[in-house]
Amino acid sequence: MNHIKAIISKELKNYFNSPLAYIFISIFLVIANWLFFTNFFLQNQASMRNYFAFLPWIFLFLIPAITMRLWAEEKKLNTTELLFTWPIKDYEAVLGKFLASLLFLAITLVASLSVPITISFLGQLDWGIVIASYLGALFLGASFLAIGLFVSSLTDNQIIAFIIAIALSFIAFIIGENLVLYVLPDSLVSLFQFLGLGAHFNSISRGVLDSRDIIYYISIIAFFLYLNTRQIENRKWK
Amino acid sequence: MIQVENLTKKFEGFTAIDNISFEIKPGEIIGLLGPNGAGKTTTLRILTSYFNPSLGKIKYDELDIIDNTIKIQQKIGYLPENNPLYEEMKVKEYLNYAGQMHDIPKTELKEKVNKATEICDLKSKQNQVIGKLSKGFKQRVGLAQALIHDPEILILDEPTEGLDPNQRIEIRDLIKKIGQAKTVILSSHVLSEVEATCDRVLIINQGKIIASGTPDELKKQATSQTKIFIKIEGPLEKINETLKKTEGVERIISAKKEANLVDIVLETDSTLDLRKKLVHLIINNGWELYEISRQEKSLEDIFVNLTKKI
Repeated sequence: MNHIKAIISKELKNYFNSPLAYIFISIFLVIANWLFFTNFFLQNQASMRNYFAFLPWIFLFLIPAITMRLWAEEKKLNTTELLFTWPIKDYEAVLGKFLASLLFLAITLVASLSVPITISFLGQLDWGIVIASYLGALFLGASFLAIGLFVSSLTDNQIIAFIIAIALSFIAFIIGENLVLYVLPDSLVSLFQFLGLGAHFNSISRGVLDSRDIIYYISIIAFFLYLNTRQIENRKWK
Repeated sequence: MIQVENLTKKFEGFTAIDNISFEIKPGEIIGLLGPNGAGKTTTLRILTSYFNPSLGKIKYDELDIIDNTIKIQQKIGYLPENNPLYEEMKVKEYLNYAGQMHDIPKTELKEKVNKATEICDLKSKQNQVIGKLSKGFKQRVGLAQALIHDPEILILDEPTEGLDPNQRIEIRDLIKKIGQAKTVILSSHVLSEVEATCDRVLIINQGKIIASGTPDELKKQATSQTKIFIKIEGPLEKINETLKKTEGVERIISAKKEANLVDIVLETDSTLDLRKKLVHLIINNGWELYEISRQEKSLEDIFVNLTKKI
């Protein structure tokens, strides 16, 4: 546990010691607010439904930027040779890095709370739905983070890690969206809808906290973190 | 005590280490010597459990490295090849991190970090970002990292690589100082390095141990030949032929004429000292002798011989 804590604090410091963190948070807030407020006054409703409809797409392109560095840089600089010859378990390193990126995402989401606070001044906002949506966003984001972290462990090139992570996250997201579901045979629709990352987010952000959705996200995260650990152990047997 | 038995490591398509066995006693300073690509780094990576062996066994005091990886890693301080560091961190921050990863309790962490910075003479740099330090100081940070938990065993992969001669001497002295109470395994392709610091040397080439022993033993083993340098005034060809025929001379390495002096290097049987005989021979022929000297083979020559033959 101490190892994981040490890794989390090292990686978090690393985020905030470089301009990346501030650029990331600014870009995230600008895009999310702009996309939301362009329509907000036309609709004349104190609701964040549109905001959370955009969110997965913003995550898709921005979250890989959080994770691309985490393994690729260590592999490039060979610091993995330090990390894995220190007396720690491989999974501790994976978990530490994942939790650090998750905390960073959580900080970004907290910074975006300015949106619901602004809206609550303008009208009656249903905070229950907003909180559920933020929780859903955290789970969805965590899944993208797990995917991005795994992809980062496959390469020593951050740009490649970024692009492949977008591609893989895109596939995991799009298979459950209407775009794909329309062309599938009826028998497969419910399966793909279940597998896609988006549908569960939609049901959570309607305010329905179903244990199936939460278990789904936790399994996706666990699956990619497991692959990540295996990928790292793989160096030993090559 | 470290025991390595029939260690083999195969990568896709080639064998990096081919069935090597050796033992290291507590307190020894061992040098792994070999040309680049001989398998030194792979051996050290297996000893630190970064890689697993393809075949063979490694035991640290009866603990097998596959079953007790973490326990063994706790005993080891490791400086990897090319000294990788988290360059964005500050020296002190990094040593704290390394200390936490080695399970040093919070109450002792500060003291241990201070001790390591002191031993490695890093006090003045402790609040600087590692990436901005000079190569010599980076090397010290790498060593401080390896020492932070006061390990029984130190494994150093080319610790003086890329340093200038003064820094080399400093790091070498540092290793000697630290090595008094520890088992040290270090690798190098520089002979003088190993000769200066190590109690015992293993020469590795193409994944095999081709010689081992103390530096002195290795010299004795391989000095079956001695070189003699001569400068004579006289006719080149005739001198060349006469010397070639002399008993005990195995070959003439080089013979050239510069101004009016003939410069000759001979290789001879090391059991005989041919200098006296050669002096007589030269004087009897009526040539003028300017210089004659004898040189035993250096470890350098042995190394070149051993690693080229195969």
